[in-house]
Amino acid sequence: MKNLKYLILGILFGFILTKTEVISWFRIQEMFRFQSFHMFGVIGSAVLVGVVSLQIMKTMNMLSSSGEEIKIKGKKLNSGTAMGGFIFGLGWAITGACPGPVFALIGNGHLAFVIVLLSAIVGTWIYGALEEKLPH
Amino acid sequence: MELFDGPWPWYIGGPLIGLMVPLLLYVGNKQLGVSSSLRHVCAACVPAKIPFFAYNWKDYIWNLVFVLGIGLGGYLTLLLGPNDYAIGISEATKADLSLLGISDFSGMVPDQIFSISMMSTSTGWFFMVLGGFMIGFGTRYADGCTSGHTIMGLSNWQFSSLVATIGFFIGGLAMTHCILPLMY
Repeated sequence: MKNLKYLILGILFGFILTKTEVISWFRIQEMFRFQSFHMFGVIGSAVLVGVVSLQIMKTMNMLSSSGEEIKIKGKKLNSGTAMGGFIFGLGWAITGACPGPVFALIGNGHLAFVIVLLSAIVGTWIYGALEEKLPH
Repeated sequence: MELFDGPWPWYIGGPLIGLMVPLLLYVGNKQLGVSSSLRHVCAACVPAKIPFFAYNWKDYIWNLVFVLGIGLGGYLTLLLGPNDYAIGISEATKADLSLLGISDFSGMVPDQIFSISMMSTSTGWFFMVLGGFMIGFGTRYADGCTSGHTIMGLSNWQFSSLVATIGFFIGGLAMTHCILPLMY
């Protein structure tokens, strides 16, 4: 099954997110109150490692495992980037979870996050329905 | 093994999260991202002839498998050890959260808020339903979440991801410092 590798990487990601307590509502509240370095250290060092590895991959012209040229599709900037970002931030602070952690929390047995997930799917659908009417 | 017993410090977990970026690119030329999986679920289950959902979601099955893996990864930590220990948050945060009525600091999340039985209260609807809605709506409007913008996008020096990340934080700060205090 060609998707098995993504399952394994997902398991790894969920495991790391849990062990680092990124999925904890308490940690997210602590972050937004600037009362610990933990989350800033996590995000900062993750971005640092991401930046350095992408630079290495680009300078070495590294190919993917199947020999393809590595392509990164950029995301466009528009007013939705800031507006949507702000709305997501509101939700992030009260659920204490961004989408990745929502899945990890469900796996951790916090079934209340099934409600959060379903509601997030509804939110996604409503956005899709309103997309053409919203300012971008 | 100590690595599997307790939580990890930021300098172990953070760099490992960052490594997901080159790993996904190398393994299948894929960009790290989680919130778009919610769009694929909509496109697969209730497209309702909405243009935003009119695409071949089957091209993104990898992403759905990836988020399924995230859930399994969470379950795996549970199998390897208990996760109901109290998170080592600062005393200052505990004091602030006590003012919001939180008294149980055990586990990853406060069960006082995040439990199915809280769905009979406005608090439960606010934190779980409204919170979840804003996650789904906001991430699609911004075209990404903390994974796709903050980790993947910033790693790629993408300006839109910086704007999105600043937006995430302004939203989070506004909720934490302006709106949450009004709730109690």
